[in-house]
Amino acid sequence: MPRSLKSSMPREPRERKQTVLFVGTVCFLCLAALISVGVGSTPLDLPGALRALMDGNLEDGGARILLYVRLPRTVAALLAGSALAVSGTLLQAVLNNALAGPNIIGVSAGAGFATLLCTALFPFLPGLLPVAAFIGALAAALIIYAVALSTGASRMTLVLAGVAISGILTAASNTVRLLSPDAAAGSTTFFIGGFSGVTLAGMGLVAPYILLGIVLAFLCAGALDLLTLGEETAASLGLRVGRTRFLLILLAALLAGAAVSFSGLISFVGLLVPHLCRSLFGARHRLLLPAAAATGGLLTCLCDTLARVLFSPYELPVGILLSFLGGPFFLYLLLRKKRGRVYA
Amino acid sequence: MLELSRVHCGYKGLPPVLRDISLAFPAGEVTVLLGPNGSGKSTLLKTAARLLPPLQGEVLLDRSDAGQMPPRAFARKVAFLPQNRPAPALPAEALVLHGRFPHLGLSRRPGPADKAIAQAALAKTGAAPLRQREVSSLSGGERQKVYLAMALAQDAETILLDEPTTFLDIGRQFELLALLSALAAEGRAVAAALHDLSHALTVGTQIVLLEKGKLCFCGSPAEAVQSGVLERAFGVRIHRDTQGRYYVTPPDS
Repeated sequence: MPRSLKSSMPREPRERKQTVLFVGTVCFLCLAALISVGVGSTPLDLPGALRALMDGNLEDGGARILLYVRLPRTVAALLAGSALAVSGTLLQAVLNNALAGPNIIGVSAGAGFATLLCTALFPFLPGLLPVAAFIGALAAALIIYAVALSTGASRMTLVLAGVAISGILTAASNTVRLLSPDAAAGSTTFFIGGFSGVTLAGMGLVAPYILLGIVLAFLCAGALDLLTLGEETAASLGLRVGRTRFLLILLAALLAGAAVSFSGLISFVGLLVPHLCRSLFGARHRLLLPAAAATGGLLTCLCDTLARVLFSPYELPVGILLSFLGGPFFLYLLLRKKRGRVYA
Repeated sequence: MLELSRVHCGYKGLPPVLRDISLAFPAGEVTVLLGPNGSGKSTLLKTAARLLPPLQGEVLLDRSDAGQMPPRAFARKVAFLPQNRPAPALPAEALVLHGRFPHLGLSRRPGPADKAIAQAALAKTGAAPLRQREVSSLSGGERQKVYLAMALAQDAETILLDEPTTFLDIGRQFELLALLSALAAEGRAVAAALHDLSHALTVGTQIVLLEKGKLCFCGSPAEAVQSGVLERAFGVRIHRDTQGRYYVTPPDS
C-alpha cells in the first residue's frame, strides 16, 4: 500500500496509546476520589453513609461527615489540582515557556496577597475571599502583561516581569502578615497550601468559576496549539495573537485565583503537571488540557489523602507533601530531558 | 497581488530599518531579496506578511489595505515561513495540518480535504517519510521541510520565505530552489530572502537588493549582474559559465 494511502487511516498507534492512557488516568482519578472520600480520621461506613445521604437523612452521623467534611475536601483537592494544572498548561503555551506556571509568574502571589489583605481588612466576610483572590490574580497577570506589552511582549520579558511582581507581592503579603494579627493567624497554612479549612458552602461558591474556566480552556485548544508554534507562525496563519494571549492569560488568572482562594499557595502542581502531561500525552491541547486537568486532580487528591493518613490523627498540609514529592520528581524529569529526551 | 507602497519598515519607537520601499510581488515570479546582514530582508518580509505594521505607507493586497483585512482572510492569500521555528512535541503531519487553520470553518476542525492537502504538501517538500515523527525529534533540515510543508498547506497565492535554505545541506538547497521555481510556475508569487548569490541569480526572476536602509535595485537577474550593483554591494565578482549559470568568486580573482 502506498504511503499516502496509509495516512488516511483514522488513528495512529501513538494517538491510540495516548487515548488509552488518558482513559486510564480518568479511571484512576475516580478511584483516588473514592479512596479520598472513604479515608479519614473518623472511620466511616461509606455505603451506609451514601445511602443515608441519598435518602436525604442528614440526621445520620456518617452522612453528615460525608457531606460536610469528606466530600468538600475531595472536591476541593480535585478542583484545585485541575485548576492549577490547566492554568499552568495555559500559561506555558501562551508564554511559550516551559518555565511559566501560576506560581512562577506571580499570579498565585497576587491571589495570595489579595486573600491576605481581604482577611486583614474584612475578617468577617469569608465569602469575599474567592473574589479577592481572583482580582489579585488578575491584577498580577495584567501588570505582567502590561509590562511585557510595552517592551514588545517577548516571552522572556513576561517571565522576568512575573518574577519581579512575585517578589513585590510576597513582600506586600509579609507586610500584611506583620501588621494584622487576623491575617497572620491562618497565614502559615495559607502559604504552604492545604484543604483543611474548606467548607461545602465555600466550595459551592468557587466551583462554578473553576468548572467554567476549565471548559473555556478546552474550547481554546486550537488557538493554544497555534501559539506553541511561535508568535510569528501563529500570526501568519491568521491568529490574532495579542488578543488571544490576553484572553488566555485572563483565563489562567481566573483558574489560579479561584484555586488559591480556598487552597492557599499550593506549589508545583501548576508547573509539574503540564510538563509531565506533555511528555505523556504530546503537545496537542485537545488531549493535553483534559489530561492535565485529570492528572492535576489525581495528583492533588492522592497527595491530600496521603497527607491525612500518613501521620494520622495529625494531618500534614498537602502543600508540603506536594513540594516534597513534586520537587524531586521535577528534577528527575529535567535530568531525563538532559539525557536526550525532549519534553517542551 | 501583494504590494508595498512607499513603506517605512521597522519597529515602533525606533528609527526605520527601511525607508520608502515600493515593491510588488507579482504572480509567477520568484522575487529574491538580497542584502548584506542586517540590511532589513527579514524586516521587509515581516512587514509584507503583516507581522509588523508599516511605520508609514501601505501594504496592499489586491489593491486594498492589508492592515484592514481580517487576519484569517489575509492568511488565506499570503503564507509566511518565519526564520524562527520552534519544535513542539507534535507529529509532523499535525504541524502541517495547522497550515489549514485560515481555511477552517467555525468549528476549527480540519476535514478530509484539509488532511489530503496537508499530505500533498508533505510529499511536495520531500517530508512525507517524516510525517509520523515528532517535530521535536527532527534535525534542523527535516524541521525546515516540515515547516515549509505547513506554509504550502496554507495554499496561498503569495508565499514569503525568510531564509528558507538555512539548515539544509547543499543537495536539499537545490531541491528547495527547484520547489520555489515550481511554485512560481503554478502561478503563485514567491518571495524569499537568500544569502547565496548564485542561488539567488539561478532561482530569482526578480532580484531585489536592499542596502543602507533603502531598496537600491529591483530588476531581472541579468540586469542585476550587468549593472554591477551586486558585485559592489557584496564585494565579489560574478561570472557566467558557458551554460549561462552564475557563479561567484572573490574580487581579486
